[in-house]
Amino acid sequence: MTQTNSRILLVLFVAAAAVVPLLFATGYQLFQLTLVVAYALSVLGKNLVTGYGGQVSLGQGAFYAVGAYTAAILMEHFNVPYWATLPVAAITTGIVGLALGLPALRLGGLYLALVTFALAVAVPQLLKYKLFEDWTGGVQGIVLMKPDAPFGLPLDNDQWLYLFTLAVGVVLFIAATNLVRSRVGLALMAIRDQPLAAEAMGVELSRYKTLTFGFGALFTGVGGALGAIAVGFVSPDSFSIALSLTLFVGMVIGGAASISGAVYGALFIVFMPNFAEQISKAVPGAIFGVILILFMFFAPGGIASVLATQLRRLRAARTG
Amino acid sequence: MEGVLHQIISGIATGSIYASISLALVMIFLATHHINFAQGEMAMFSTYIALTLIQAGVPYWGAFVLTLVFSFVGGLVMQRTLLEPLARAPVLASVGAFLGLLLIFNNIAGWLFTYTLQPFPTPFGTGAPILGGMLSRHELGSTAVTLVVLTAVWAFFRYTKLGLALRGAAYNPVSSRLVGVPVARMLALGWGLAAAIGAIAGMMVAPIVFLDPNMMGGVLLYAFAGALLGGITSPLGAVVGGVLMGVIENIAGAYVVGTELKLTTALVIIVVVLVVKPTGLFGKALASRV
Repeated sequence: MTQTNSRILLVLFVAAAAVVPLLFATGYQLFQLTLVVAYALSVLGKNLVTGYGGQVSLGQGAFYAVGAYTAAILMEHFNVPYWATLPVAAITTGIVGLALGLPALRLGGLYLALVTFALAVAVPQLLKYKLFEDWTGGVQGIVLMKPDAPFGLPLDNDQWLYLFTLAVGVVLFIAATNLVRSRVGLALMAIRDQPLAAEAMGVELSRYKTLTFGFGALFTGVGGALGAIAVGFVSPDSFSIALSLTLFVGMVIGGAASISGAVYGALFIVFMPNFAEQISKAVPGAIFGVILILFMFFAPGGIASVLATQLRRLRAARTG
Repeated sequence: MEGVLHQIISGIATGSIYASISLALVMIFLATHHINFAQGEMAMFSTYIALTLIQAGVPYWGAFVLTLVFSFVGGLVMQRTLLEPLARAPVLASVGAFLGLLLIFNNIAGWLFTYTLQPFPTPFGTGAPILGGMLSRHELGSTAVTLVVLTAVWAFFRYTKLGLALRGAAYNPVSSRLVGVPVARMLALGWGLAAAIGAIAGMMVAPIVFLDPNMMGGVLLYAFAGALLGGITSPLGAVVGGVLMGVIENIAGAYVVGTELKLTTALVIIVVVLVVKPTGLFGKALASRV
């Protein structure tokens, strides 16, 4: 398959992803698909930091929360339209990411994992804090209105929101692909694989690391804003450590060092609990845990790398 | 002034529980250079085992000992089956395995024992507080138990041959192997010990905070902060750091930020230590060969 062919295939796939659910999916299924896109963007942010940047961040749920609350507060207190909250959420989380990245990235490795883990644990408490209550709504959170389709389009709320989210998702995925293929992406992978050699070649380690942390936070934040608009509600307890762990599971299962992996991971974390919850509320978490360990042992590259290997094998069989 | 003293004394009591978990974390860090994110959930799970035994009619101290045995064996088996194979894998792999364990223990506990808060018995009686009303019987008893445990662990590492072998295996695995120390077995033993120490901390903290699957979340964060404050490479530092965190938590809660930002206090301390003095109070700088 040549590059143009695969590009055409990708366009067809996106078109199908846009049209098919509108025809067949129920309102709830559309909502789930919208969440898949939101989570895919968040996992993508994590992939940039961990998969490409090689830095283990466990606190991506915190950036998701910042994005979600930025969108919710702007809509609730400033009557900003939902679509206009996204750039603000992106900039806010990007700045928060840079600010946190500066001290955290001097440490690297396990220490970064520790700090971000602590951040993820502390987030709900910060959101509940009295001083911010006027803005965040405290324990109650903020309830949001679902946006209507504009220009009199014949779509209901769920259909419009799905299309809107998908469009934002596609744009950001293209941006991420370009980022990874650019000088920045190459520098990042060089830092991940051979930090010493990269530094000797003149790659400025701390600058690139901090920059990725900011970019990662930005993608995750936009995902959070889209998620908040889709759910129509933000509250401190929906951004517990469980969210960060879920995003981590999505990253590992999809494939940390790949762009497409974010989509597989998001599909998994949205749809697997649906099946498993029929047994018990606790089962999805336990299955997440078991699958996480199994992937660490047998497929550390995630679904994306398994698929790539299979595809390569198939192609080799055909030509050989 | 009396108020401050009260906060300090009861801070030392909870701090000694943090100190045990900090020590367990440091032991595993020294032996394997991993940070066990599942340490808290393992302790929580052990505490549920103890509760089940007590509810089945086993006397408290019998259940206590059985739980320690169970935790020790559990820790040993986990190290041999799960973590030994990942010993040389990248950071992401070990972190992933620990988070997997965290999710498994938390959710299995919720599944088996439900998410409702459950009271956990104290063996020290519930009579009037002592020391002029400053210290409850349970606080005094749990501090004493923790002190005994910490002294025993120290004596074990300092004065026994096995303890020396364990230290050797952690400090310099290659040379230890050459002089006949079974390094892999020693690391598993260390894991077993850490799990048992964690179990004691779980059983001591449960009467105070009540037992539920998320009981250890805050405790683990304070233990992390304690371990870093003392120096992640120093067992003594871990103990001092853990106790200090208990005192800081109480003082900050009573006079500075209130109890609503308890976890944020721990986060801030972790960040400040790592930025200002990453080696902590007692630790030494780690050099890595490049």
